[in-house]
This record gives sequence, structure tokens and C-alpha cells, in this order.
Amino acid sequence: MTEPRSSVSESMPESESSMSEPEPQALEIEPPMLELDGITAGYDRRAPVVRGMSLTVADGEAVGLLGPSGCGKSTLARVAALLHRPYAGTVRLAGRPATGFRFRAAREQRTSVGMVFQQPRLAADPRMTLRQLIAAPAHATGRGEELRGRVDELATTVGLTPDLLTRRPHQVSDGQLQRACVARALLLTPRLLICDEMTAMLDASTTAALVAVVEEYRSTNGAALLAVGHDRVLLRRWCDRVEDFPSFAERAAG
Amino acid sequence: MTEATAAATTTTTPPAPARRAPDGEPLLTVTGLSVRFLMPGGRDVAAVNDVSFDIAAGECLALVGESGCGKSVLASALLGLLPANARTRGSARLRPEGPDLLTASQATLSRTVRGRRLGLIPQSPSAHLTPVRTVRAQLEETVREVTGTPRAGLRAATQRAAERAAFPLDHLDRYPHQLSGGLAQRAATALALVGEAPLLIADEPTTGLDRDLVDRTVDELRRHVDDGHGLLVITHDLAAAERIADRVAVMYAGRIVELRSSAAFFGEPGPRHPYAAGLLDALPERAFVPIPGLPPELDALPAGCAFAPRCPAASDTCATLPAFDGGLACHHPREAAADD
Repeated sequence: MTEPRSSVSESMPESESSMSEPEPQALEIEPPMLELDGITAGYDRRAPVVRGMSLTVADGEAVGLLGPSGCGKSTLARVAALLHRPYAGTVRLAGRPATGFRFRAAREQRTSVGMVFQQPRLAADPRMTLRQLIAAPAHATGRGEELRGRVDELATTVGLTPDLLTRRPHQVSDGQLQRACVARALLLTPRLLICDEMTAMLDASTTAALVAVVEEYRSTNGAALLAVGHDRVLLRRWCDRVEDFPSFAERAAG
Repeated sequence: MTEATAAATTTTTPPAPARRAPDGEPLLTVTGLSVRFLMPGGRDVAAVNDVSFDIAAGECLALVGESGCGKSVLASALLGLLPANARTRGSARLRPEGPDLLTASQATLSRTVRGRRLGLIPQSPSAHLTPVRTVRAQLEETVREVTGTPRAGLRAATQRAAERAAFPLDHLDRYPHQLSGGLAQRAATALALVGEAPLLIADEPTTGLDRDLVDRTVDELRRHVDDGHGLLVITHDLAAAERIADRVAVMYAGRIVELRSSAAFFGEPGPRHPYAAGLLDALPERAFVPIPGLPPELDALPAGCAFAPRCPAASDTCATLPAFDGGLACHHPREAAADD
């Protein structure tokens, strides 16, 4: 195996020892749902956009991550969802270090995280109907038959009518497509949801509707949430705790 | 090139940029504007239905509503940029004297209206600017085309144009991809302001910007209103609308359902149309409760009030279309004294 798995695990001891900050969840018996430890990531090794950042989301906790555009918060969100391999640092999901990223991520870990992106158009295969879109994670994990009923159930939950489910992305509005993307993220019953600017393109009513769907899901399933965004009012209203990206980066660095 | 010389010869002096009307005089009067798209298979999409409003000098009107309610189609109609399958009705007249924007020829629109009497501040400035030319080159071209400034005075005129939109002069030689979102927005605004157009249209000027940048962009636009421009802002961002607008028009399914002063809309006594009230209640700083259901499809609008299926106050009367009267189109408006 040429995959430098060691680069991830090797940095563990040193980043742990350099972490002088007391863990806010130290009293929790359950391991936190998500632990980001000394993450350095980006698209150019010489100029990473995220440097040595750490963040913990306890089981069932909702954490907002607030920052201006271009600050690297989306990159951090992608690392947390195992969609982007960091240059250094450790990601732990429910206490277990991630062994791989992207297609090398262990299925069990990958499917424990649901992700919703900012731009539904870029996150949807234009050839699929909305029903196929929502059901895609089930087919990818060989659970298509088993989860068929769940697809319909979720479509109703997010407010999509049967008529809309037969349409393709270009035939629906941004708001309707984002509803489908939220349903898709919930299909495999993730224990952690990551919403990266989920509502930045949406009007006030659709925003409130989708946040209500996510909160309804979390209250029944006890899932944790990492909501990334730049709308302070929204994140304060939505989350248990809101971290400011810059200050939090300074703290991680200092 | 030919158009450049034509413009320069027909107007030897800068085309007396239609002198600004005194505050309060309408700059644009839109009456009964409707836009339909004829789709393949005989489908008929009614994107804008019987919309009327006016905008005065020194006034900002914000047009708000959910995505897909027809806001941007309205802007395209005013700029003469609708696709070929669109059919329009009604009129949109520039005041005090001017062509009907809906029926004027493309030649009239491009030589005398766009950029000269009507400036567009685009939705996505980085896509609006040409990626292969510097901001200075684009501004110079616009200054030359629109005002006919001779070569000798071009550099100074370009700098003045940049300064008017608070674009930093030391960034003029940059390409659009080297600008931040905020600076790209100012560059696009500078282009829109070159022709001293009395009326500006900003189509979703703050989409995708973070809150600080939204506030700054909106405050800059407001400065141009206070300088005497009329401004139509199209947005789904209610916080931005509250910050900038004098009046708010709420659009639902192609119709304006409520038109009210910003102070009365966002403050006391609040909106009277149930849809407008629902939109405000959805804000995270208010109740954070969504309006149930989805907006109707524009190719299958009900005969009566389009909001009735989602409306808590709907009754049998709502099967007939409510007339737009006194700034409101509703059979069951909320009481002026809002209950809470």
C-alpha cells in the first residue's frame, strides 16, 4: 500500500502533546462524535488554507462554525466528512481515527457522516431524477431495496411532492433541489451531519424549513451537527455553540 | 468599433446624461407588466403577472420574494434582455421622457438606454467582468463608449469613475480573478455608474457574500441612492432589503402582493399580506418558522390567489384573484394592529 496512512497516524502523538487546551468535553463518557486534531489541509502543500486546527463536536451536539468567505471553513468541513485528505492531523469519528479519506474511507465511517453542500446544483447529478438522487447512497451501499420506503418517507419530510420526485435537477428550483440533497444526506441515518453553507442560496422560508428538518432528525436520532456558515444570526439560533473561525484558528495556533 | 465611432459622431459632446430628476419625481413607471414564456409542447409559463410600481429619484425599492418567483425575469424585461420565446404586456416607461423599455428596439436600448439611463449592477460581478482584461481597460472602454471622452482625458475620467464607486486606484491594473468579491462588486458598480444613469437596477447584488460584505455592499449602494439615483434592488435577502430600501415590494408567483414603506414593513405595524408576514417570521432573528408547503409552479397557477393553498387565512373568497389595492393584494389581510 502506497497510501501514506502513516502521515495521518504519525502526527497523532505530537499533535496530541501540543494540545495544551483542556478538552471541553472531558467529562463526557462517550467519545465525542467528531474530533479534529491539529488539522492542516489545503490544495497546495506550501500554502495550506487550514493550519493546525482542532475542533470537537460531542455526541448529539450542534456546533456552528462561523467565518468569512475564503477562510478555509469549507475545507475543514470536507476534511471532517472524510472528503479531503489533510496534510497533517487526525480526524476521529466516535473515538476511532479515520484511516482513509475520499474513496479510501472505510464505508462504516463514511456513511456515519451526512453532508449537505452550499450549491445543490453542483452537488447533484443532472441525469438523475430527484428520487434517484435521494436514493443514491442506498444504491451505493447495496441497500436499495431495504431503504425504498425510507426514500419516500424522507421526501415527504423535506416537503417534496411525488410529482417533483420524477423531475431532474434542471426542472426544479434551487430550494427544491436542496431539499432533495438534505433527504439524501439523511438516508443512511448518519450520526453526524455536516452542513456547509446549506442555506446560503436560499430564501428565508426555505432556510427555516430545512433547518427544521435537520433539527427534527437530530431530535429523533440524537445525531450531532457541524453547521458551517457566515450568517451569525442563523448559526446562533440553530446551534448549541458557535465558534468563530478566525479566533478559533488563532487559539489553535497559539 | 463601428458602434464606438457612431456613438462618438452622433454625440460630439457627452450625451447630456439625462439630468437627474429632483427627488420624488418618478424615474420609471411600470404599468401592468406581464411576461410569459412559450415553452415547447404548448406550455405557457407566467413568470411575471400584472406588475405595477414606480421608482423615484433618490429612492430605493427592494423587490423581495422566494427564488423562482419571477424577480429576475422582471429585471431582464426592464433591461430588454428577455429570450426570444418571451411575450410581454403592459409598459415600463422611463420618465420624464423616454422610450417604453418593453417595446424599444435593441438599437435604441443599447445606444441610449443601457448604461446611459439605466445601469445594471449584476448578480455575480466576477462573471460580469471580462476575465481577460484589466479593470482599467474595461472602465476606459465604457467611459469612451458612453461619455465619448477623448483619448487625452480618458485616464483621468477612468480614475474618477473608479473613485465614484470607491474602487482603489492601485487595483485598476488587476484582472478580475485578482480581486476579492467586494472589489469585483465595486468594479461592476463603477461600470454601471459611468453613464450617470439616473436609474440603477441591482439584481441580487449580495448573493454568496458574507454578512460583513453584504452590509458594506448595501451601504455603498445606499450612498448612490442618497446621491440622487433611483435604485431597484432585487433580492431574497430580507436583512439586506431592510438595510437599504425605502419601500419594499413582495413578489409571490409573479405578482406583487404587497408594496409598503420599509419602516412599516419591517417595523410597526408590519406586513399585512399573510405571505409577507410568513416570510418575515421565517427569519432566524424572528420566529424562524417556515411557510408550509411550496410555491406553485408558474405554468400551473391557480385562478385565484396563488398563495391560498399555503395560507392560514384562506377561505372560499380566495378562489377569485384579489385586486391589488392600497399596496396589498389579499382578501384577508392581517389587521393593521399586529397581534404580537
